[in-house]
Amino acid sequence: MIRILYFGFLREALGRDSETLAWDGGDSDALLALLRERGDNWAAALAPDKVFRVVVDREVRRGVVAIPDGAEVGILPPVTGG
Amino acid sequence: MWLDITVREAPFVVAFEEERLLAEAGDAGAVVTFQGRVRGHDGELPLAALHLEHYPGVTEDEIARIARDAQTRWPLTACRVLHRVGRLAVGEGIVLLMVASRHRAAAFAAAEYLMDYLKTEAPFWKREEFVDGSCRWVDAKTSDDEAARRWEADA
Repeated sequence: MIRILYFGFLREALGRDSETLAWDGGDSDALLALLRERGDNWAAALAPDKVFRVVVDREVRRGVVAIPDGAEVGILPPVTGG
Repeated sequence: MWLDITVREAPFVVAFEEERLLAEAGDAGAVVTFQGRVRGHDGELPLAALHLEHYPGVTEDEIARIARDAQTRWPLTACRVLHRVGRLAVGEGIVLLMVASRHRAAAFAAAEYLMDYLKTEAPFWKREEFVDGSCRWVDAKTSDDEAARRWEADA
């Protein structure tokens, strides 16, 4: 199982701020592909230009990241602070 | 470098924060203070407030990473970043950034660098609340990305 956290407009677009998901291992691209298959609103909300970064266990890394079972996975839309 | 990072709902008092920074800044001939505040309009639409959220822990770590990157470029003696979250009414402060260095060129440049990367890398998200009660998530600006990218050339 992994725990997914959604931030910013993703929370509203997807109607949740978190969920747990059965997970056999894989990377952030595999997770996003799986989530996009849930329907048009998921595919639109998680389109490549809407996902700024996938953060695994609160460690920020750029690009595609491995997601181990048991991870906390934050899906971050483009940031707008400052 | 003395580094202090805070993300919180409560407002900030600039004089108080400056006094704290100066006590730690050592032989600094220059202190640059930047405040970001909530503007009253987005385009033509009158704004009531901004709502800001973040990723607790991750946001603070990212700001610290950006500050340490700045320190490798300029000889900074102290850096303070205080970013607010929650509902912030028009006119309120959103972010306070202070940078101390021996000379002003370094302090100015580091302050700009920190703000450019804070806006494009640190996990914060803004939602606008307009006077008519409607709300809208703010889109990331390409001008902010371009501002941050100009530093890559001199890396």
